[in-house]
This record gives sequence, structure tokens and C-alpha cells, in this order.
Amino acid sequence: MGSNMAECHPVGFQWVMEAKARGARVIHVDPRFTRTSALADTYVSLRAGSDIAFLGGIVNHILTNGREFGEYVAAYTNAATIVDDRFADTEDLDGLFSGWDPDARGYDTASWQYAGVGAAPSSAGHADEPAGEAYGYGANAGAGSGPATDPTLEHPRCVFQILKRHFARYTPAMVEEVCGVPAAQFLAVAEALCDNSGRDRTSSICYSVGWTQHTVGAQIIRTAAIIQLLLGNIGRPGGGIMALRGHASIQGSTDIPTLYNILPGYLPMAHADRHPTLARYLEVNTAPAGLWGDAGAYVVSLLKAWWGDAAQPENDFCFDYLPFITGDHSTYRTTVDMADGKVAGFFVVGQNPAVGSANGKLHRMALAKLDWLVVRDLVETETATFWKDGPEIDAGELETPHIGTEVFFLPAAAHTEKDGTFTQTQRMLQWHHKAVEPGGDCRSELWFYFHLGRIIREKLAGSVEPRDRAVLDLTWDYPLAGDEPSAEAVLQEINGRGPDGLLGGFAGLEDDGSTACGCWIYSGCFAGGVNQTARRRPAAEQSWVAPEWGWAWPANRRILYNRASADPAGKPWSERKAYVWWDAGSGRWAGHDVPDFAVDMAPDYRPAEGATAQWALSGADPFILQSDGRGWLFAPNGLLDGPLPTHYEPHESPFTNPLYGQQCNPVRQTFHRKGNRYNDDDAGAYPYVMTTYRLTEHHTAGGMSRFQAHLAELQPEMFCEVSPALAAERGLENGGWATITSSRTSIEARVLVTDRMAALKVQGRELHQVGLPYHWGWKGLSTGDVANDLFPLALDPNVHIQEVKAATCDIRPGRRAR
Amino acid sequence: MTDSYYGRPILKAPVWKWYIPAYFFTGGLAGASSALGLAAQLTGNRRLRRTALGAAAAGVAVSGPLLVIDLGRPGRFLNMLRVAKPTSPMSVGSWLLAAFAPAAIGAAASDVTGRAPRLGRAAAAGAGVLGPAVATYTAVLVADTAIPAWHEAHQQLPFLFAGSSMAGAGGVALASTPAAAAGPARRLAVIGAALEVGASRVMDRRLGELAGPYEEGRAGRLAKAAEACSLSGALLAAVAGRRRPTAIAAGTLLCAGSLLTRFSVFRAGFESAADPAATVGPQRLRRPR
Amino acid sequence: MARMGFFTDTSVCIGCKACEVACKEWNDVPDDGLDFLAMSYDNTGALGADTWRHVAFVERPRGGSAPPGSPPANGPGAGWSPAADLLPDAGGAGVRWLMSSDVCKHCTHAACLDVCPTGALFRTEFDTVVVQQDVCNGCGYCVPACPFGVIDKREADGRVWKCTLCYDRLKADLTPACAKACPTESIQFGPLEELRERASGRLGVLREAGVAEARLYGADEDDGVGGFGAFFLLLDEPEIYGLPPAPVVTTRDLPGMWRAAAGAALALAGAVAVAVLPRR
Ligand SMILES: Nc1nc2c(c(=O)[nH]1)N[C@H]1C(S)=C(S)[C@@H](COP(=O)(O)OP(=O)(O)OC[C@H]3O[C@@H](n4cnc5c(=O)[nH]c(N)nc54)[C@H](O)[C@@H]3O)O[C@H]1N2
Ligand SMILES: Nc1nc2c(c(=O)[nH]1)N[C@H]1C(S)=C(S)[C@@H](COP(=O)(O)OP(=O)(O)OC[C@H]3O[C@@H](n4cnc5c(=O)[nH]c(N)nc54)[C@H](O)[C@@H]3O)O[C@H]1N2
Ligand code: SF4
Ligand code: SF4
Ligand code: SF4
Ligand code: SF4
Ligand code: SF4
Ligand SMILES: [Mo]
Repeated sequence: MGSNMAECHPVGFQWVMEAKARGARVIHVDPRFTRTSALADTYVSLRAGSDIAFLGGIVNHILTNGREFGEYVAAYTNAATIVDDRFADTEDLDGLFSGWDPDARGYDTASWQYAGVGAAPSSAGHADEPAGEAYGYGANAGAGSGPATDPTLEHPRCVFQILKRHFARYTPAMVEEVCGVPAAQFLAVAEALCDNSGRDRTSSICYSVGWTQHTVGAQIIRTAAIIQLLLGNIGRPGGGIMALRGHASIQGSTDIPTLYNILPGYLPMAHADRHPTLARYLEVNTAPAGLWGDAGAYVVSLLKAWWGDAAQPENDFCFDYLPFITGDHSTYRTTVDMADGKVAGFFVVGQNPAVGSANGKLHRMALAKLDWLVVRDLVETETATFWKDGPEIDAGELETPHIGTEVFFLPAAAHTEKDGTFTQTQRMLQWHHKAVEPGGDCRSELWFYFHLGRIIREKLAGSVEPRDRAVLDLTWDYPLAGDEPSAEAVLQEINGRGPDGLLGGFAGLEDDGSTACGCWIYSGCFAGGVNQTARRRPAAEQSWVAPEWGWAWPANRRILYNRASADPAGKPWSERKAYVWWDAGSGRWAGHDVPDFAVDMAPDYRPAEGATAQWALSGADPFILQSDGRGWLFAPNGLLDGPLPTHYEPHESPFTNPLYGQQCNPVRQTFHRKGNRYNDDDAGAYPYVMTTYRLTEHHTAGGMSRFQAHLAELQPEMFCEVSPALAAERGLENGGWATITSSRTSIEARVLVTDRMAALKVQGRELHQVGLPYHWGWKGLSTGDVANDLFPLALDPNVHIQEVKAATCDIRPGRRAR
Repeated sequence: MTDSYYGRPILKAPVWKWYIPAYFFTGGLAGASSALGLAAQLTGNRRLRRTALGAAAAGVAVSGPLLVIDLGRPGRFLNMLRVAKPTSPMSVGSWLLAAFAPAAIGAAASDVTGRAPRLGRAAAAGAGVLGPAVATYTAVLVADTAIPAWHEAHQQLPFLFAGSSMAGAGGVALASTPAAAAGPARRLAVIGAALEVGASRVMDRRLGELAGPYEEGRAGRLAKAAEACSLSGALLAAVAGRRRPTAIAAGTLLCAGSLLTRFSVFRAGFESAADPAATVGPQRLRRPR
Repeated sequence: MARMGFFTDTSVCIGCKACEVACKEWNDVPDDGLDFLAMSYDNTGALGADTWRHVAFVERPRGGSAPPGSPPANGPGAGWSPAADLLPDAGGAGVRWLMSSDVCKHCTHAACLDVCPTGALFRTEFDTVVVQQDVCNGCGYCVPACPFGVIDKREADGRVWKCTLCYDRLKADLTPACAKACPTESIQFGPLEELRERASGRLGVLREAGVAEARLYGADEDDGVGGFGAFFLLLDEPEIYGLPPAPVVTTRDLPGMWRAAAGAALALAGAVAVAVLPRR
């Protein structure tokens, strides 16, 4: 669901095909009938932006029919935990949770906490957001003195009962009403999922950006997590939720982030108000139990890796050298600031926002306000040339001589031209070797940043300014081959070193400054001095888990939370699904994979008073990254828009929310400003739902495909997909032209009329959806209008992702006016 | 309606252009003319021998360049003579032509210059024997393809081409030979035209649905024009072939008919190739569903 | 040397076109023009001189024109039917989307090769059919001879081109580029005998799962071209993929053609004789 795996992850999809050949049943739920649907056993068409209703319906189906995996739910989830008595649900407040502050447009999450642990002390996260944190691991369940629970699951305020009440209205009839999925079809899917889950069987859910790119994106995924926890599909072979990721190493770029609000290994970024000192940072971010209990070791080792000898206990290990954040500095916030002239310079490295970012036009107008812009890319992208040939130049809205932005285009080396790792969706790092030398002036990112740093340091040398210390004290001593820094040396720094050399894993990290490690979760990737990520032992020469192919974080564990594959006593739930188990004879965990916790922690281990980190959890708590060791059906922390997923309509929707008075996610991020009008001002003019997506033949904003003749010819022009019924309604002709309009702008596209786009019956009326691949811009061999120009900035509050999977539009035959 | 892939053809249209049917005509003309030339030689009709051998040589002389245009470069024709393949009508034709062309040209040259008369007679004999094959192999050449309108007509096309060649050769000879010596040419023209028209009718009937292109569209119009020319040419030749102006008119009409016939057949192949139903229909019948 | 070939199992093809691209990359085939064809996701249209692997995209409504054995129409709005569930192409939608990667069939009796006057087309030691580019003179005869419309002339260069079954790779003991790139093993390369066995096994599995319309295409040695070196498993009638349902190598009728030509030549000679005789 929310993934077009066959088209966007064709190589990974081979395993789906293999599973299918072995009897697995593949169900695809998508607004469009795609190449994935064509290969699936069952296809369900739903309205874009209605996934929580569909998934919520499954939750309700499980709970009303007692289809949950009872023992798993009782032992491994927070179903029994009792929630604060001030908590009020959307059931009570017509679509809002308790704690709503209409002025701040945000929630005070105090009432969402577990009962008996008091008001939530603020924990790590974003101060710009009202409360809570963006990726919570710090529920306040201390070792020994855990929150109150009711193992019978009958307490009216226990999570299980709250869950039941919350989802009670997500009936099959409601699913039909909201999603346009016939109730019978929905029920068949729900039943199939339940039938294929339990002791002997597991089901897996794959999603990708069909789920994330919504104003409720994070909550859609939460709903899936609830289903998988209820059905016992987490931590077990064949189960899980697979986030099919984007660019080849996009997983790597959140592990070692290109995001503003986290540090490597998902440590929160230092925040100027919330944790001005290391002590305060550790106080907020050290969990009472679970792996985050060792946050101090992770962050101190990180600081040691960056500032080496300069980082000493006396100076907080240079904690104050970190670039502290003060609020939202995400990409769209930055764009808006740029448009307002508040940003002077901008690096665009391996990105093409003039095409790839929602409201492309706003982005291009913003670029024109910069003093300087650096674009490092393989090809001269639209972002690099907006100032001379962009649509705004054509339309006369921008004039080249009046754009003050100085643009530096620097040619980059492609992945085939440099060493490095890719981290894929299974958290697996795979080393790639340079195959050819980069041509001309193309250079690797490593080369660029190393020499940029070197030159800046040379320029600053001798400076006595305190602000320059952070740069001058950096460890910047990578071995060079010619002038190219060694990528393996960087990987070693990431792996970490202690007094005895390279570390074997994160368990060896200390918070006293004796270890240095660039990313705690990656520690062990160079264990034993061997580049573990470069291992390629063939499948036939190792077990089916294939632990010697690449290296997966943490500690080469292939399935996270795999303690859950055995019952509380340490016995596999079933022989068929045995994965790791307790071997009483040797007093150790055994199995196919590396156990995802201390190998000698017996199932009956109970923490003593004063135990910390993972030893503060019991031997039957699989979810070692949560401070209560449980899978969270109810999330007291970590999300800004509610502890439970709730169906809200997309920011732009032709329908009113039939479930609650609250129409949209109340916490969604919007920008009411010039250049970002919303269709809701004039809803009737935009009767159709539009959604954007990818095609196998192209890659994202097109820099890597539209310039290649062999790819460009396969999808040579921007087009839109419409149903025959919509084509008839609007007079669109297959192969002809259409103009698609939103209140932002109009774009034109060739028309593909196809039965694969079906009209849906939603709230009693026929709904048409317009499909728009978003790969095109004006450069390269294959060109077309920018789909993103149609979309506004309306973001998920937790992760600031744009809602480009569901908005409203109109469509008319013919080309756009010029 | 037959199912198809977006109405697209299954077969590839030939890459050949106008010079191929033009060659069919010139080659056919040369082939039949040299047969006529030999017959004239054997029957002592010197005037007819001269014009027929001349027509054969002229036909060959034009054929060569036409083939070279088709291949793009003269050198490429030599590749034809790398191998001799009976499964390839084009290979067979190439070798035929390789033998026929020098003979036809030699015979005419000897006749015109009066040199080496023995060799000339031998050359004329050789060309005359090869002539009928030169005139008809081109029918096999088109028939030996996957194109239904050609392939399925493989029994009739050689006769069509033979008739067409005779009509053309007869026509040229009729127009260029003094009436007294042109009797055989007249007769040949009439027989040829009759065979041409008859074979074409039989072909259309045998082809059934596949005959569409020969009956409709551009190829159909060409076929109709061809038939009109051939029939009127033959009629004119028969009733007024002894008078010079009408002989020339008849000859012209017969040549036009012959040329149009080849263009019609050629065109029909393209139309047949472009129609997926023409490919699928008969195959479906062959293989019950 | 065992005969090598392809078994293209279209029931697992995901239409990714990796085969098309890999073929062009390896064999340095130019692009086929950037034309939006509005034929589902097919924008290369057909096999030709510049497309040696071609992925066809067929959108068919369920029911109605679907062949016998197909499940009932089951579109959005219609109730979900468990029967449709077993199909490799999804139940639940009103549409089937068939994808199939076409290629030169490397016919046992190859018309292109038979009619080639120069010997440019030849049969390799792997029993595949390949054009020798340095011999081809561009006569174009092979083009209309092929019953599948595979081979074609590249205008700019005047010669014909088609799949070589990666002759160069085979000689180096490598898998053909298209098969190597195929993520789902829709394209299987190997000794033909083995592939035929595998294919009949796969057909059995599909039939058993209720996919009545599955069929092998070109696996039969007794067909009109003596069986294909590259054969297919299809999920519908061949013609909806743009394939001829029962192709015959044109040269099968060649003896008859020569006989007819001989008859016609004799007729010509006879007519000439008749024409000259009365003068005597
Ligand atoms: N060939 C190719 N592969 C790629 C990429 C590429 O550009 N080209 N990009 C890579 C990147 S960066 C990423 S992030 C991934 C993305 O991979 P995917 O998420 O699979 O890609 P999309 O096509 O954007 O969206 C997936 C599907 O979501 C559907 N969808 C739209 N709205 C909704 C909705 O509201 N609910 C549900 N359930 N589905 C919806 C769309 O119809 C589409 O079929 O792919 C990666 N792989
Ligand atoms: N409407 C709509 N908008 C979307 C999406 C959607 O589904 N719908 N999806 C969103 C998603 S998930 C994503 S990931 C974005 C993608 O959008 P962008 O990231 O803006 O677009 P890309 O084309 O992936 O840009 C990557 C660039 O990096 C270059 N490149 C490749 N390798 C290297 C390298 O090694 N070094 C350097 N310096 N450059 C390199 C490529 O040539 C390319 O131009 O689009 C987002 N926007
Ligand atoms: S492009 Fe790369 S990452 Fe994406 S599916 Fe293909 S091989 Fe995998
Ligand atoms: S498919 Fe056509 S090109 Fe290929 S071998 Fe057979 S006849 Fe020749
Ligand atoms: S075009 Fe080339 S390969 Fe084809 S028949 Fe002529 S010589 Fe042979
Ligand atoms: S075998 Fe080689 S030449 Fe033939 S289609 Fe595959 S990649 Fe292309
Ligand atoms: S590579 Fe394989 S799966 Fe992809 S289109 Fe070609 S045959 Fe189909
Ligand atoms: Mo992405």
C-alpha cells in the first residue's frame, strides 16, 4: 500500500515475485492500477488520501472479531498500559485529542502519557513544535517502577480499550464511504491479512511515499504499525513493515542524516533552548531503559569522532561546537525564508528542487532571491539554469539581468565513479567500488567537502575568534590517494575506535571520552579491521538469513526486535516461524540471526533496581529502543498530531470528513502566503483529486533519466492518466493534450486514457482521480511541464513532508495558454 | 474484427522503394524481350531480332542502376555473389542476372556494331534461354516473404509477371518494329496481356479476403489502371497494330499496363503488411482456436 | 554445442523495460526516437532495427472479450471475487495489464536467413540466427521475409539489425544482457531443451492455479517455423501482443513457388514460340 514496488523497486520486487511463486499472496492497494497491481493477486483501488480510514478499518476488524494475536499483544505491546485519566480521544472531542491549543495550533501532550508516571517532562525534539518530540523513544517508564497496567486488558483506560473505542467507527461501511472501496472487497482484504497472521504465519506490509507524502503521512504508517503489532507481525520472519526507500542510499542519509534536526544515529540535534548544555541534553535524551539509556556514550563518542583531542570532559566534549537549532529549519521552511530574502547562500547537492519540490515555482522564485547558489550535479539541471531558461523567464515573471543570484555549477562524480556505501531499506550497508574514473572536472562529494574544509581551515588558520574553533578543531586528517580522500578511512571513523583500535560494535562505546564513533548504530561495520559492508558471500554458501552479505545495523541484525519471534519464555511461536530462541542449555540465545539484545539475557531476567539501558528492560521485552520495551499501539510520545492515527481529509479534498467535525489534520503545517494559494478558497472549481507518482522509466526530478536517450525514449513526454469516464466527461482524447489546473498554476500534459484509472464511488458520488508522473522539467531530451508547480506547500507536522499524493485540480482538453 | 496490438502491423513493411517495382518491369521486359529476340533469330526475323535484343539490353541497362540505388553502393551488389543460395530467390536472381546481363548486352552490341556475329548469336541464344527465368523469378522474390498478399499468391504471381513481361516486351517490339516484321510482337503482346489480366483475376479470387489491397485503395487503383491499359493496349494492337501510330500507342499502353501491374503488386504488399488482420486471419483459420 | 535460447515467461514480467535498456546499452543500439505513442506504457512501439527487445503493454478489460476461462468482470464497485484471486494478474480490477518482452525468435527454420542472398545472416554454433554486419549489403530481403516483423533496416546506415542473442557475450560465456538485467527472471536463458522442460512445468503450475489462458508460444517443434529458439509463455492470444498466431516460414512453400515460376517461364517461352510460329 502506498508503494508501487514493481515500478519503483523493480530489483527488490523480484523477491516479491519469488515469494509469490512459493505461495505468498500479494495484495496491492493503490489509487491507480499499476505494474505492481498487474502482478498482484488482488488489487484494490482506493481514493488518494484515505489510507488511515482503510487501515483503521482493518484495526477495527481485528479488534471487533478478536483476530489479534492475543499472547503477543499482551506480552509485547503496550495494550495493557493505563493512560492518564485526563486523556480524551477524538471520539470525545469530534476529531481532536485532549491538550489541543487552538492558538498555538498544537497539542500539549501531557494528557497522552501513561498513568502513574506523572506529567511528561519535556523530552528531546523540536522546540518549535508545541510539545512532544518527532521521534520518541522516551516514554517515561522507568525500570522497575513501570506504569500501571491491566493484564486483563479490561481497564477502560488501558491502551487496548482506548484503541477499541477509537477505531470503533471505522466500519466496513465507513471504509466504503471514505475510501470508495466496496465493503465486501475491504473485508476480504482484512480477512486475508488476519488469516495469514498468527503463530504459524506472518504478513508483511510494504509502503513508500504513497503513504508518507500526506499531511497525515506519519500517522498512516503508525496505523500499519498498530495492525502489525496486533497481528504479531513485528520482529518475526516474513513480517514487518517495509519502508521502501527512495534514492539508493536515502536510508543512509537518515542514519547519517542530511536532516536538520538529528545527528548521526537518530540522536536529536542540539537545541538552543531545550538543551543548551551537554548535561541538559543527556538529561532529556537518556532513556531510563532500553538502548537509548546509553545515549551519553553515543553522543560523546560522536563528539570525540568530530573534534578528537579537542573534545574533553572539561569542555563538554565540544558540545557547544554543534550547530544548535532554534526551530524549524526544514527544507520548505528554508525555501519560504529564501523567498522572503532571508537566506543568502544555498548548496544544492544531488537534488533538483526546481522540479522535485512541491510548488516548484515558489522554489524557483526563491532561488532568484539568493546571493549565491552552488549546484553540484551530474547534469545541468533545471535548478542550475532556472535563471536563464525557466518557465518564469518565458512568462516574463523573472528577467535574467535582474536576478542577482550568482550560480556555481560544479560537476559531480556518479556512484560508479567513487567508492562508498549504500544503505538500503533493510538497514543494510553495501560497499560499492569505483568502476571508472570520473570524467573531466567531475569529483566525488568526499573530495569536494574534504577540500572545501581544508581550504576554509587554511583560510581560518591562526584565527583567534572562538566561533572558528569548531572548524579549526575538527579532525580533518583523511589519508589521500592522489587528492581523493579514502572512503574506507571515513567508514572506519564511523565504525569507531577505542583504546584498542577499531571497535567491534556499539556495546563498546563509552561516555568518558575513551571511544570515538561517527555513528553509533553503524559501529561494527568495520569490526576486526574488515570492511564488513563489502562482504558478498553467495547465498548458496551461507544460511538463508545471509548474514555475510553486506552488513546491517545494528550489530548486523537482519530483523529488528527479533526477540519477538519467540514467546515470552523464549520458545519460537511455531516451528515454521522459528528465528531466534533461548537455548537454556548454553544459557544463550541461539537462532538464525544475531539476537537483537544481550545474548545472555535469559527470558526470565527481571531488572534490579538501578539497572540502566537495556538491562533495565526485562528478558521478555523485545522493543529495546522503547523505554518500556513494548511495541506502541498507543504512542504517548513522538508524534505531534496525536497518540493514535485518525482519518483526516487531505488539506485539499473535494469531500468533507465523514468521521469527525475536524476536517484536516489540525497540526498540519501550512504557509498562507503569496505564491502558495490553496484551492480551498475556491473548492468547487477543482472537482478532481490529483496524485503524483513515479514511472520505472524515469528517476525523480529527471536529472538521471531525462538526459539519457535510452531512458528518455521510453517515456518521452509528460503525460497524465485519466479514466475513460473522465475523458468522456471533459472531452479528453487519448494521445491529445490536457491542461491541469490548480490555484497555483496550470500545466499541460499529453493524455493517456486508460481503464487502469477507475472512477470511485465516494460518499455516494462518482470521483475521478487524475494521475500525474512528476519527473518532468524543461531540460534534457525528454521534457514537459513540472507537475509540482500544481502543488501547494502543505506539510506533515512531524516530518515536514509535502502533501503531493492528494490535492484537488481541474482538467480540460487542449494545451495551456502561453 | 481481429484482435491486434493497437492496430499495429505484425509484419515489417518492405524497405524497398519505387526502384524495385521499376526493376521488376525493366527486368521482365528484358527477359521476355530476349526470349522474343531469340525466337526472331531462330525464325530469321532480323528486324524483330534487332528491336527485341535492343529492348532487352536497354532493360538490363536500366535494371543495374535501379538495383544499385536500392543497395546504396555499387560494391554492395558484389556481396550478392559471395554465395549461391537456392533458398534465396534474390541470390538465384543475382546469379541469373549476372549471366543474363552480359549476354543480353553482348547480343545487342554485336547486332548493332556487326562485330563478332557468332558470339552475338550465341549470346542472344543464352539471353533468350535465361530470359523467361529473369522475367518470372521476381514473382518468386516477392512471394517468398511473409506478406500475405504476396506469399499466398505464390501460384499466380509468376504467371502474372510472365504475362506482364510478355505484354511489355510485345508492346515495345510492336512499337519499334516495322509492321511487316512485327507480327510475332503483336501476338505476343496480346497473349501476354491476356495472361496478365487472367492471372490477376485468378489471383484475386484465390486470395479471397487477402485480395483486399489488390481491389481497393492505392494498389487497387493501380491494378485497375493496369488492367485498363493492358486490355486497351492489347485490343489496339490486335485491331490496329499494323499502323505505325496506333502500334506506338498500343505499345505504350501495354508498357504502361505492365509497369502499373508491378507497382500495383508492390503497393499491395505494403498494404497487406500493414494490416494485422491479413496476417492473423489466415493463420487463425490454419490453427483452430 | 547445445542449442541456446530464451524462455520469456510473461506471467512474471513487471514491464520494467530493463531488458530493452540493457540490450541497447550493451549492443550500442541508438534510441528509437522520442515519440509519445499513447499506447499504454509502450513508447517504442515494436521490434525494429533500433529496438531488439521490446516490451509490449496490453490493457484488456476483464470479461467480455476475455478468453474462456477468465474470471468474471470484477471491476471496482463490483463485489470481490475469491476466484479472481488466484490469477497472476490481479483480481479486483476491471482490467488486466499484460506485459511481454518480445525478441527475435531465432527460428529453427528462419525465413530471414533462408532468403538472405549474401549469407550475412547465418546460424551460429549456438544455433542462433545472427547478421554479420560486414557482409550485409542492405538488400532488405530479410525484412518482409520474417513472419514476426523482427528484423529491419536502419535507414542511416543502410544495413539491417536485430537481436544477436548477444553472440559476443555467448562466446565469452556470459548471459545475454537482457536476461542478465531482468529482475524477475521473466527472461530465462539457457539450453533450449532445458528451457522447454522448465516452461512446461511452469505452464502446469499456472494451469493448476486456474490460469486457463496461459499457453506456450513457439515451444512446439512441429509448428510452422520448426519451433522458436526464443519462445514464450503468454497469458492471452498471441495476436493481442502483436504476435502472429501460427507463423509459417515462407520458404516452406519455396519449391512450389519455383515450380510455379518454372511453369510461368515455360508458358512465356511457349507463348513466344506460338507468337513466332504462324510466320513459318
Ligand atoms: N524507477 C524509479 N524508481 C524509484 C524512483 C524513481 O523516480 N524511479 N524514486 C525512488 C524514490 S526517491 C522513492 S521515494 C521511491 C518511491 O516509491 P513509491 O512510493 O512506490 O513511488 P510513487 O510512485 O511516488 O508512489 C507510489 C504509489 O502511491 C500511490 N498513491 C498515491 N496516493 C496514494 C494514497 O493516498 N494512498 C495510497 N495507498 N497510495 C497512493 C501512487 O498511485 C503510486 O502508485 O521510489 C524510488 N525508486
Ligand atoms: N509531486 C511529487 N514531488 C515529489 C515526490 C513525489 O512523489 N511527488 N517525491 C519526492 C521524493 S520521495 C524525492 S526523493 C524527491 C526527489 O527530488 P530531488 O532530489 O530534487 O530530485 P532528483 O532528480 O532525485 O535529484 C537528484 C540529483 O542528484 C544528481 N546526482 C546523482 N548522483 C549524484 C552524486 O553522486 N553527486 C551529486 N552531487 N549529484 C548526484 C542527479 O543527477 C539528480 O539531478 O522528490 C520529491 N518530490
Ligand atoms: S535503480 Fe538501483 S536501487 Fe532502484 S531498483 Fe534498480 S537496482 Fe535497485
Ligand atoms: S524471428 Fe524473424 S528475424 Fe528472427 S530468426 Fe525468425 S525469421 Fe529471422
Ligand atoms: S539485408 Fe542484409 S541480412 Fe538482410 S537479406 Fe539482405 S544481405 Fe541479408
Ligand atoms: S540477447 Fe542480446 S541482443 Fe538479443 S535482445 Fe537480449 S540483449 Fe539484445
Ligand atoms: S526486464 Fe524482465 S521484467 Fe523487466 S520488462 Fe524485461 S522481461 Fe519484463
Ligand atoms: Mo524519495
